[in-house]
Amino acid sequence: METTAAEERLNEPGCRSMPGYEVKLDIFQGPLDLLLYLIKKNEIDIYNIPITLITGQYIEYLHRLQSLNLDLAGEYLVLAATLIHIKSRMLLPVDPLPGEEEEDPRRELVEQLIEYQVFKEALLELDKLPLLERDVFKRGALADDDHPPPAEDEALEVNLFDLLQAFKKIASTWDVVMEIDREKITLAEKMNHILTILLERDGVSMEELLVCGISKSQLLYTFLALLELAKMRLIKIYQAETFGRIRIFATAA
Amino acid sequence: MEDIKAIIEAMIFSSDQPLALDKIQDALPEVGMVELKGVIESLDNDYRQQGRGIVLKAVAGGFQFRTRDDLAPWVKKIRAGRPAALTSATLETLAIVAYRQPIVKAEIERLRGVDVSAPLKGLLEKKLVKILGRKDVPGKPIIYGTTKRFLEVFGLKDLSEMPTLRELRDIGG
Repeated sequence: METTAAEERLNEPGCRSMPGYEVKLDIFQGPLDLLLYLIKKNEIDIYNIPITLITGQYIEYLHRLQSLNLDLAGEYLVLAATLIHIKSRMLLPVDPLPGEEEEDPRRELVEQLIEYQVFKEALLELDKLPLLERDVFKRGALADDDHPPPAEDEALEVNLFDLLQAFKKIASTWDVVMEIDREKITLAEKMNHILTILLERDGVSMEELLVCGISKSQLLYTFLALLELAKMRLIKIYQAETFGRIRIFATAA
Repeated sequence: MEDIKAIIEAMIFSSDQPLALDKIQDALPEVGMVELKGVIESLDNDYRQQGRGIVLKAVAGGFQFRTRDDLAPWVKKIRAGRPAALTSATLETLAIVAYRQPIVKAEIERLRGVDVSAPLKGLLEKKLVKILGRKDVPGKPIIYGTTKRFLEVFGLKDLSEMPTLRELRDIGG
């Protein structure tokens, strides 16, 4: 069933030649997926892949896919190169060193393919489970996925310098307490903590986050976590006016 | 006994996350753990035997009331506009994280053969995956793992309840 659908998609005439449209190639989840599809289509033993045949078919598909999405094509080309490399190694006469076992050039790829296939199967099993918000529902969990920044303060993006300034300002209001015990905080914990807060609330101001911390190291870790999250583009940081309140939002999905 | 059952029912009902047994125990210190489990079991039976639209489910290390899974078509009618489906790319990434955690991004990419920045970010946002820390190798890559929310969404008591992976050697024959 799946195979025929995939075939149809590929053979659709409009699919190839539409400049200006980005076509999401969701029939194949990547080069490994395409390769597995070809292996299944040809009813090939995965442990004994006829590399010439498969490489030929794979490259033929690439030609058809290539015009669709350049980004994807890049990853597909890496595997094409691997296939050609394996093919060339198989053509060369093997001259194993004494005491060394002759290795099948296909081995590494086959292992990767099998591992990938295991996950593909596990995925189908996972998808069969009764999923929350799809098959089963808990009490009154309403949609809170999109939370645009509140309109009250016109948001403008802040730079690193503003962030540092704000941090200094807040840090200076703290009475620094001498610490003897070393607290156990990790950056990951702080990052998750901030993400949890943002999951529960629309947005949070930097003051609120930094007030939670009692010690200097808490302050520092929170600040570092903010920088790290911003770098990972999981949060957005806004400031309405110079020296104004800095607010943090989760990046919209 | 009946009172305790009603109390526990109310506690689980009012909690928006799976309510852990420990928490119930803390709130009802005079009730022993064995009795507590018995009451919950009996509550579970009540719902089943009466053919209610709600079931008591042991999930993510706690208990939660959920709609019966065969009722989804009707429940969905009043919850329009909220498709909770994950894309295949996201689901593939999630499956790899779930089975191979703790795992770094490079390893997920090796297994999938594609860049996983976008699906991984989506999973972090959905709180299905979290950062566990950093691996102590050059570059200190971030280590990822699944969250309690993952267990809740997939209706699993704990990670051991995940469908088992087929043995590698069984495949391909």
